[in-house]
Amino acid sequence: MSKNSICAWQELALGCAVVEPGNASQLRTGDWRTLIPVLNEEECIKCGMCAVYCPEFCISEREDEFYRPDFDYCKGCGICANICPKDAIKMVMEEK
Amino acid sequence: MLKRVGIEVSLAVAEAVRLARADVISAYPITPQTHIVEELSHYVANGELDAEFIPVESEHSAMSAAVGSAAAGARTYTATSSQGLALMHEILFIASAMRLPIVMTVANRSLSGPISIWNDHSDIMAERDIGWVQLFVEDGQEALELSMAAFKIAEDHRVLLPTIINMDGFILTHMIEPIEFPDQKTVDAFLPPFEPAMRLDPAHPVSMGPVGVPEVYLEAKKQCEQALLDSKPVVKEVLDELNELFGRDYDLVQTNGKDGAETRFVTMGSLGESVYTAVEALNAEGKDVGQTRIRLWRPFPVEEFLAACKGAKRLIVIDRAISPGSVCGPVAQELKSVLYGQPNAPEIVNVICGIGGRDVPIEEFKEIYALAQAGKLEKTYTLWGLNSNA
Repeated sequence: MSKNSICAWQELALGCAVVEPGNASQLRTGDWRTLIPVLNEEECIKCGMCAVYCPEFCISEREDEFYRPDFDYCKGCGICANICPKDAIKMVMEEK
Repeated sequence: MLKRVGIEVSLAVAEAVRLARADVISAYPITPQTHIVEELSHYVANGELDAEFIPVESEHSAMSAAVGSAAAGARTYTATSSQGLALMHEILFIASAMRLPIVMTVANRSLSGPISIWNDHSDIMAERDIGWVQLFVEDGQEALELSMAAFKIAEDHRVLLPTIINMDGFILTHMIEPIEFPDQKTVDAFLPPFEPAMRLDPAHPVSMGPVGVPEVYLEAKKQCEQALLDSKPVVKEVLDELNELFGRDYDLVQTNGKDGAETRFVTMGSLGESVYTAVEALNAEGKDVGQTRIRLWRPFPVEEFLAACKGAKRLIVIDRAISPGSVCGPVAQELKSVLYGQPNAPEIVNVICGIGGRDVPIEEFKEIYALAQAGKLEKTYTLWGLNSNA
């Protein structure tokens, strides 16, 4: 019964308020995604424009110096692909 | 004994809000509520009340500003009526869901169309399920005292819900009555300063009124409904305290007339006074009749109502609103669901009267009683006074 619920009603904060700042990170918004950005490493110049424009702030520089999204939070909006000056990002249908 | 002052009831309500030391009043004037907020704006302009008066551009904004102000931790008041209450509709749910103890006076008035400024209960009956505590007052003294009590009820940490004081438009709002005013010291002792359980504070950040995804909405609704149900003993407690302080006998449900009478009138609001007089006269004629007056409408005081109607075989339920397409008026609907499955449940006879300001003199309640006794009223509901002589 309760498997579709976040928590018991008695445990909710007053008026369903969010009392813990920054807890949006607990919500894995990536599962809404239809399209997924795929990076062509040959074309990428590591300029970081995709990271700057990502509305989810989920793209960051990784160990290999490429900018890559955290797929827990990427909604597949395609802004990164649209802003990329080298057309190095393609949005493709995600297979789940 | 305090001195009685002859004063318009609207102005007495404004005085109650002043005595309650409201911090913010956000309101839009609408007949017949206008005099209340007009007087409050004078108080603020004259420096008699240290509050912020927000003259908004509509009732939708009035309630939105009230939500913001209560969330910031200010004692907040507004008043409205009819179309104005309807315009507030969507924000009324937000105020209760966010558990904000706003106090509002509703000067009950019919809804358009046709355009009518006169009194009935159709405005508030369209807002039964907003999750607010709702009380009905019958006279000016009660309007004054319950307006102050409303803050105490709403702000109680066991409640934390917005509260409406319903008072009949014109019949109460524009009536000049002798009213006893308490002094500020008494009110301060009765009503401590507002201490919010949660507020918008940069030092302790919270997000109030967030998105309720399907995984949390149901639980949030349950929390809100439970708070409303739990408010009943608090309302009782506050009324008891008020009775002690001011020498009254306010209760959730009130009775008068013959004890254990076979027939009882059920009323809400100022028509209760007319029915009271009719019942007294009928009792003097030896008729077996009583009256049950509902003061607390939400949460509905089921046990208290059943106790107040004990022994009755017939309830003549007076409704002040039409519920088109239903089997009876809204109060009768409520009482039918309260009585369903109860042993020896009385029969309900529903009379819808006084719609859109139509006058119902005391004599007509005697007539209603006689027709009910003779079984000559409609099985569903009777639109009292309807001209059908085509």
